[in-house]
Amino acid sequence: MNRFAQSWVSAALVLAIGIALMFGLPGVMDEYTLMQGTIYAIMAILGVSLGFIWGFGGILCFGQAAFFGLGSYTYAVAVVNMGDSTVPFMLAIAVPALFASILGYLIFFGRLSDVYMGVITLTVTLILFNLINSTAGPEWKIGNAPLGGFNGIPGIPTLNFPGQVDKALSPGDLFYLTMSCLLVTYLGLRCLISSKIGRVIIAVKENEQRILLLGYDARLYKLFSFTLGGAIAGLAGCLFANWGAFTSPTIFSLAQSAQIIIWVIVGGLGTFVGPVVGCVAIQWLTTQIGTQQTFNSNLVLGAILVVFVLLVPRGVVPSLGLVLEWIWNKLKTKAMAENAACPQPLLPEVKFTAPSQTPSTANAISITKEQAA
Amino acid sequence: MTPLIETRNLNVRFGGVHATRDVNFTLAEAELRCVIGPNGAGKSTFFKLLTGQVKPTSGQILFRGKDISNMQPHEPGRLGIGIKTQVPSLFNGLSVWENVWLSARRINSTTQANRITGETLERVGMEAHRKTLAGLLSHGMRQWVEIGVVIAADPPLILLDEPAAGMSDAEVDRTAELILEINRQHALVVVEHDMNFIRMIAKKVTVLHQGAVIKEDTPDRIMSDPMIQQIYLGKKPH
Repeated sequence: MNRFAQSWVSAALVLAIGIALMFGLPGVMDEYTLMQGTIYAIMAILGVSLGFIWGFGGILCFGQAAFFGLGSYTYAVAVVNMGDSTVPFMLAIAVPALFASILGYLIFFGRLSDVYMGVITLTVTLILFNLINSTAGPEWKIGNAPLGGFNGIPGIPTLNFPGQVDKALSPGDLFYLTMSCLLVTYLGLRCLISSKIGRVIIAVKENEQRILLLGYDARLYKLFSFTLGGAIAGLAGCLFANWGAFTSPTIFSLAQSAQIIIWVIVGGLGTFVGPVVGCVAIQWLTTQIGTQQTFNSNLVLGAILVVFVLLVPRGVVPSLGLVLEWIWNKLKTKAMAENAACPQPLLPEVKFTAPSQTPSTANAISITKEQAA
Repeated sequence: MTPLIETRNLNVRFGGVHATRDVNFTLAEAELRCVIGPNGAGKSTFFKLLTGQVKPTSGQILFRGKDISNMQPHEPGRLGIGIKTQVPSLFNGLSVWENVWLSARRINSTTQANRITGETLERVGMEAHRKTLAGLLSHGMRQWVEIGVVIAADPPLILLDEPAAGMSDAEVDRTAELILEINRQHALVVVEHDMNFIRMIAKKVTVLHQGAVIKEDTPDRIMSDPMIQQIYLGKKPH
């Protein structure tokens, strides 16, 4: 199953399912439900970004929400100032990537340990949370875009078709765009981990000392994966700002950062499908819990995390893979045992005297038929 | 002629511990040298110094005349110093093929790396296990895969830290043959405890004791030296 998960067959299967959902769901869902689907897909992109840097790069980043929020705010500020959304869309990816590269450079080239990595990324996220929270008042604005403090930025213009400011995306278009981004991100990351760079990124996670001894500069590969993770989270942030036409400092909050980690733990590390499954399942559960008053959603999320860490540490997708592998092996063993127990078909004994010439195949068949008769 | 590797008055201190004391060591191109010494003699620290994992407190390390004393940890590998560590250090979650391929691929194209990986796995006798995860191999097999990882990068200098440790007699014989075969193209420094193994491969032996080089000579002379017997083998001179 591990080999299957790494194969292109599994990638093709995932893409086929994704494309089927992308074109199938709008036909069977009303607009409200489709928008729910859009937010699941946006958060799934965010989950995949952490799933990549943590599950494949071995970098446990507590601050993926920082890049998500930066992408969201960058898009909001840029589109309010520029009007056309083409450049803001690109900036929403580039700015978090640049921020991640600077932060990553300080961490990896400063040779800080994994513990400091977690502390620094979490601290940076909380600094951004407090910083943006403190920007209430008309004096806090970038160009024409007021930052709005804890109220956030409302009325963010939706993405438009490139160069056509008046032609904004409908909720249906946004769903197609978000699903396309998710599938392209998945395919791109699958291609990346199959390349030399991807294999080295995984090798750094496996044994950093050995990769250094082979002459690879592990810091560069870590920086690359961290920056790419930041860019993908920024993309999710941009789509999030479009989804609700609103962004606020809560997306930098501790709860948001923790939630992304829970998605990845529940879905499963070391796969790209795992974070998507974890994200959708937890998001759906959170929404359902929100409709009743008996349980607090954070309490339930905490309980789920504890249960998974203790009982299903691999997460849903890898554990499911192991179960399927076990069933497959059982069936294979059973089939082999049945074949071994099955008596060989009795064929009539054919005795040949040493022929002067090699008998032709036709002769051999005729002899067998005669004897069988 | 410039030696392949040379250390000059190399010292390392870890707090109050003087792990390496004024080590002067010279190795020619394509030479095979064994380094012996009791536990705590500083052999592994010496290897860590040569591969940039530990920075010297004082002294110099010269590789083909170039000072590499204060290089980044990945730079000695790029220059051409390969090491098989005492405890096999592999990518346990990757296959045997991928372990060796990553080593070959750093300096070669994909096609060349594929060819070198195949040849290397045949050379170390691990072709049949190419798809096996490195973490699932036996200790002896891990040793060979790690040797394969090192030679796939074709470094001029190879450091082997206890390559025969934990191996059966047959595996030790095979490892000795492999080392002699590798020595046709590469210089080697081999740290080992097994004196029979050293006799099989070495022409010259360096003895380390309490972080310092105390003798360099042929294996037979080293083993018959009363002082060496006393400090290394724990025997009193007769």
